[in-house]
Amino acid sequence: MKRIFGRTKSLRPLDTHYCSGCGHGVVHRLLAEAIDELNIRGITIGVTPVGCAVVAYDYWDFDCVESAHGRGLAVATAIKRLQPEKVVFTYQGDGDLAAIGTAETIHAANRGENLTVVFINNAVYGMTGGQMAPTTLIGQKSATSPLGRNEKTEGYPLRISELLAQLQGVYSVERTAVDSVYGILKTKNAIKTAFQNQMENKGFSLVEVLSACPTYWDMSAFESLDWIKNKMSKVFPLGRIK
Amino acid sequence: MNREQRTEDRGEKVLLSGNEAVAKSAIDAGCRFYAGYPITPQNELIGYMAKNMASSGGIFIQSESELSAINMVFGASASGVRAMTSSSSPGISLMQEGISYIAGAELPAVIVNIMRAGPGLGNIWPAQSDYFQAVKSGGHGDYHCIVLAPSSVQEAYALTFEAFVLADKYRIPVIILGDAMLGQMMEPLSVHSQEFIVHSKKLRTKSWAATGCKDRKPNVVKSFYLNLGDLEKFNLKLQRKYKNIQQKEQRYEELNINDARIILVAYGTMARLAKQAMVSLREKGLKVGLIRPINLWPFPQKIFQRLAISDKRLAFLVIEMSYGQMLEDVKLAVNGQQRVEFLGRSGGGIPTEEEIIKSSLSLLSS
Ligand SMILES: Cc1ncc(C[n+]2csc(CCOP(=O)(O)OP(=O)(O)O)c2C)c(N)n1
Repeated sequence: MKRIFGRTKSLRPLDTHYCSGCGHGVVHRLLAEAIDELNIRGITIGVTPVGCAVVAYDYWDFDCVESAHGRGLAVATAIKRLQPEKVVFTYQGDGDLAAIGTAETIHAANRGENLTVVFINNAVYGMTGGQMAPTTLIGQKSATSPLGRNEKTEGYPLRISELLAQLQGVYSVERTAVDSVYGILKTKNAIKTAFQNQMENKGFSLVEVLSACPTYWDMSAFESLDWIKNKMSKVFPLGRIK
Repeated sequence: MNREQRTEDRGEKVLLSGNEAVAKSAIDAGCRFYAGYPITPQNELIGYMAKNMASSGGIFIQSESELSAINMVFGASASGVRAMTSSSSPGISLMQEGISYIAGAELPAVIVNIMRAGPGLGNIWPAQSDYFQAVKSGGHGDYHCIVLAPSSVQEAYALTFEAFVLADKYRIPVIILGDAMLGQMMEPLSVHSQEFIVHSKKLRTKSWAATGCKDRKPNVVKSFYLNLGDLEKFNLKLQRKYKNIQQKEQRYEELNINDARIILVAYGTMARLAKQAMVSLREKGLKVGLIRPINLWPFPQKIFQRLAISDKRLAFLVIEMSYGQMLEDVKLAVNGQQRVEFLGRSGGGIPTEEEIIKSSLSLLSS
């Protein structure tokens, strides 16, 4: 019988540790599929974050380097500069990329490093127990904003993708959401394009993915998808930013 | 005694500052990645790298911070390339998390600290007050760095070269611990001739590096061991490695210790002043010797242990540009069996030859 669908080679046949309804597992698969469709598994080096996705290298079947919290783009910069013929990406959460690692993110982007960035925005710190992230929405309750984020004291959700798009060194920035079949397909395309950009030496390409965290949003998986659609993507509009 | 001194060849003589000698040595040793952030008194080092790394086929990056620099070194080393960063005290403080990650991932790397005086912003004068941070390991976790302390520009060149060999051999971060005086002073030195220079392409490839899994199983460079028991097992492996290094890599220079009643103990540039004082005291007919630790970690315990149990009554005078940091390691090695005294200044103050002589004389008469 002709095989028409299966698990892609770059994704190991394992159960993940992610909570039900979490977007990380979906995006892991999309990344692996994009890599296999581009036939770059043997030359790919992934840089994993500190966050819920720290052990993504257990699920992916290609070379990976674990970075300290927020330093993914410093680590990736060196790897890519020394191995320009390889395909190097970072996979980072919103705390990792947009709080503790803001300086590394902005400066790697500004240097126009020829890298691919997959940025998972789930509006909370998942790994440490649902604390407020730079991307937490106004009014959203979290472990460290128990009354809801108050812009007067905690500031506004940080649209770091729009901020990065201002930089001359940045080639492309796109925001997608894994909140529907359509969104998932769109995300995969965006990731694939971001890899192709790198292979064509076009420079820094970032894909921000709005991704559910039902556990720390205190919602069911389905409610989470609705929340992305109705709330989160109002603050973080989807589409090509640059 | 020092492997590098034995391999001294007939290379050309040059005049360089300590900072430049470290940078040149790194390139000669096959270092092909450098990232750093400017800070006095090591700016000649980053300047030399900016000028010479690209023409040597390597990568130079002025990073946005020392945090970024050390993590770039992490990535470079994970790529299997000899990599280095340098800074001075406050910048090295910022790097501590990264150094711990490098130790945890068992990556080779060379980190240069041209010490200035602290705490805080302190000042830019010479100091040795980062000894604890380097030797006891300033980051989190049970780890060690090999720490080498050159006392001349020639030795800075030799030990930096050696640092890359040790880093690769043991897969360990190696710290070159110098001070503002060493970094800034210029001295003539002989550098390796072409045949001794390392060609990075000819270095053995590192089977564990992240280079793409084309012809092998995937590699992962990491320091995370979530499952209970796994980290303990890994840490015990690290401890065995450290034991082995402690056995094999204790290095020091000794002068006139056989008949000595007082042994001066100093490292780095401080040892040069101590040596001067020793010569003056010997001229007066006084039995004074010197031990100069070259490796600060592993600390050269064996020589102190041997002297500690001799029948003769001895006194050690530890001299530092700090308020007594290496002093603790000397005391540990001597273990209360002989007298250990201390002379130190910090904040930019340097114990003078006269002060050393005075302290030695009062020790001899007490
Ligand atoms: C230096 C440092 N500070 C804090 C932590 C604790 N920590 C681990 S993950 C994390 C936040 C992760 O959040 P995010 O990047 O949004 O990823 P997510 O877990 O939501 O996927 C924090 C604060 C750490 N490991 N290292």
